[in-house]
Amino acid sequence: MLHDRDRIFRNIYGFHDVGLKGAMRRGAWDGTKFFIDKGHDYIIDEVKKSGLRGRGGAGFPTGLKWSFMPKADARPSYLVINADESEPGSCKDREILRHDPHLMIEGALLASFAMRAHTCYVYVRGEYIREREALQRAIDEAYEAKLVGKNNVHGWDFDIFVHHGAGAYICGEETAMLESLEGKKGQPRLKPPFPANVGLYGAPTTINNVESIAVAGEILRRGSAWFAALGKPNNTGTKLFQISGHVERPCVVEEEMGIPLKELIDKHCGGIRGGWDNLLAVIPGGSSVRCITAEQAEAVTMDFDALGKLGSGLGTAAVILMDKSTDIIAAIRRIAYFYKHESCGQCTPCREGTGWMWRVLERMERGEAEKREIDLLFDVTKQVEGHTICALGDAAAWPVQGLIKNFRPVIEARIDDYQRKHARVAAE
Amino acid sequence: MAVRRLNAVQPAQFAFTPENLAWANKTIAKYPEGKQASAIIPLLWRAQEQAGWLPEPAIRLVCDMLGMAHIRGLEVATFYTMFHLSPVGSKAHIQVCGTTPCMLRGSGELIAVCKNRIDGHSHTPNADGTLSWEEVECIGVCANAPVVQVGKDTYEDLTPEQLTKIIDAFVAGRQPKPGSQIGRVASSPVTGPTTLTDPALYDGSSIGAWKKRFEETSGDQADKAEESPPASALTSPAHKAQVEAPGEAKAPPVHPAALTAMANAGLVKELEERGGGKPLSAGEIDKIKGDMIRDRAAAASRNVEPELLKEPRGGKADDLSLIPGVSADVVDKLHAMGIWHFDQIAKWTPQNVAWFEVQLDGFMGRVTRDKWIEQAQKLASGWRPESKAGKRPKG
Repeated sequence: MLHDRDRIFRNIYGFHDVGLKGAMRRGAWDGTKFFIDKGHDYIIDEVKKSGLRGRGGAGFPTGLKWSFMPKADARPSYLVINADESEPGSCKDREILRHDPHLMIEGALLASFAMRAHTCYVYVRGEYIREREALQRAIDEAYEAKLVGKNNVHGWDFDIFVHHGAGAYICGEETAMLESLEGKKGQPRLKPPFPANVGLYGAPTTINNVESIAVAGEILRRGSAWFAALGKPNNTGTKLFQISGHVERPCVVEEEMGIPLKELIDKHCGGIRGGWDNLLAVIPGGSSVRCITAEQAEAVTMDFDALGKLGSGLGTAAVILMDKSTDIIAAIRRIAYFYKHESCGQCTPCREGTGWMWRVLERMERGEAEKREIDLLFDVTKQVEGHTICALGDAAAWPVQGLIKNFRPVIEARIDDYQRKHARVAAE
Repeated sequence: MAVRRLNAVQPAQFAFTPENLAWANKTIAKYPEGKQASAIIPLLWRAQEQAGWLPEPAIRLVCDMLGMAHIRGLEVATFYTMFHLSPVGSKAHIQVCGTTPCMLRGSGELIAVCKNRIDGHSHTPNADGTLSWEEVECIGVCANAPVVQVGKDTYEDLTPEQLTKIIDAFVAGRQPKPGSQIGRVASSPVTGPTTLTDPALYDGSSIGAWKKRFEETSGDQADKAEESPPASALTSPAHKAQVEAPGEAKAPPVHPAALTAMANAGLVKELEERGGGKPLSAGEIDKIKGDMIRDRAAAASRNVEPELLKEPRGGKADDLSLIPGVSADVVDKLHAMGIWHFDQIAKWTPQNVAWFEVQLDGFMGRVTRDKWIEQAQKLASGWRPESKAGKRPKG
């Protein structure tokens, strides 16, 4: 079990002073200059050694990502922080932005320094209006205290700006975010070239999740070995888990990577509504991962690898729990609608496929379908998956695949039921 | 995608107030020279805050300020769904989150309240134009579901009754208290936090603690300094070994964006393996991708004929229809090919499956999906389901 002293986000609920003074008392901005003086490579190396994997969903090693930035380039380098938290189920970056923003600002300076960037844009989703106000207040404080800005006390000129979107899930995809930041529709770019070579304004750019950036300072202070010793091999450190759905007490909580799902729920959320026997399914990492069954949830641990083995994923660690009162077809249908709504329309398989999948699920929810259509639907998800520029196509396909894989009998029973009620008698 | 059109009725013109104009100029200055277009979303948003919705003249004005073609502004305004292209309720526009996490906790009832109270249709202001509503996609407050957003604030942990009260307050011109409506603090558990109760976190005692790591060792050794392990480290042997010899980062290196934020998992894994752990240039990645496509095509054509029998052993075939997914006419086809027994199918390799799928057109992926091989293995061992529609092997 994770001890309080090993938790990084010490004000995640906002019980304490969110201002600079309070943050410093909790340890933020402590020794930042010392670590900057140790050099670019030291920081990258420590983050690499910590085993930190990106907290935005894909789980790419953060230190490694930083190391891909060119070391000598005539163009300016940029850090873009992805605060476009829009994955259904995810609500962790919001808490960092409004309650522990200084950890992120400090991390932004360290990361920017490590990859020789002088400018950072924080792309906050449009709906998080109070959150971006809170972040702006924190940034203003940091400028005033000369922690950031030109000629700051750390000796590395650094500007950080808050930018925002206006309600488009797709802008959480890194290249769509760059398009949006450049003032265009958020339609993902073809890769290569990759952002580390050609990113924002055609310059080298690294895009990181808020949480990945915000833990950097604490990793340096406590040491990579400390972080690496938490969690499981290849899944190190702590993680903000967001638990929603049918639990007694939904919440956001920082826990160790690799915590058993059951322990997470029982310890912090008071268990499943109606007890564990009442659990139907779990979406363990935000809407775009495949759901797992109650049986699988019993023993699974919350990390990239264990969930990956089940054909699901840790994603953003947004755990959505559904008890037996849930109409699982309706729940997935609503997710399918979400992707239909959020498809940017650029690639045909996604633009057409997301709507198609949603419409078929609408009928399946009522049972107004043929059983052979279940295979057909599965087939269509396979035609969307992997055939689009970005991963939204995959994200739309996976929940439907999870539904069919785990709950096919429910769909079949619904169809049988409908056909029984609407049985046609041959006119003879 | 959502279909979004400009309102039929538009005002003749739009101008920023002096304060907003000053703010806009400051915002434009955040972006490098020549990249003013970046400011379009913040500026359109400010225009919407000023007008209550986003009229077409405002879009043109913002484009002119940023040196953009009008069509670029229209693209942005119609793409981002938070821009209201037609007027919304003057006192409140209720945005109910309807996505699954909120749906599970009762957003359907909140939508029903809006329909009864405001209008049967979303985006349609009520008779006196004071209220309107819409169902929005996930607004990122999932641990406090169900939730509505009005203006800048969210109202969380709602019941239909509370939503009614909130709407009443807006009608009366009052600003209801935002945040959780059941009195919990942010997203902490409603009965109080289960973590962060150690007072030592807040008394400043942790400040400077990091220095110890660097004082004990000196000079070049400083980098190797290690703090005592965390109190809660899991202590599997594999983990210990790893912590004791941190060495290189564990994950094999690959070009960063080959793993895009939401990467295509299969492709990336293969890229990693083939890249042999080096950061790759764009050209190398292209080449590897080309190889992968070629190899896959080659692999697909590598079909191997499985063991086939002219007739069933001992003249008696197994009842292949016991394999769920195998219908009577598929049984006939199997027999015609020379497949009579469970143990024949149980032995299939992926190449055999590929062969079979070519033979039996239209069966792509079915064998794997329906787990024929696992089922055949079970059936070959003598196990029989209780009924034909009975249980499948779990997987």
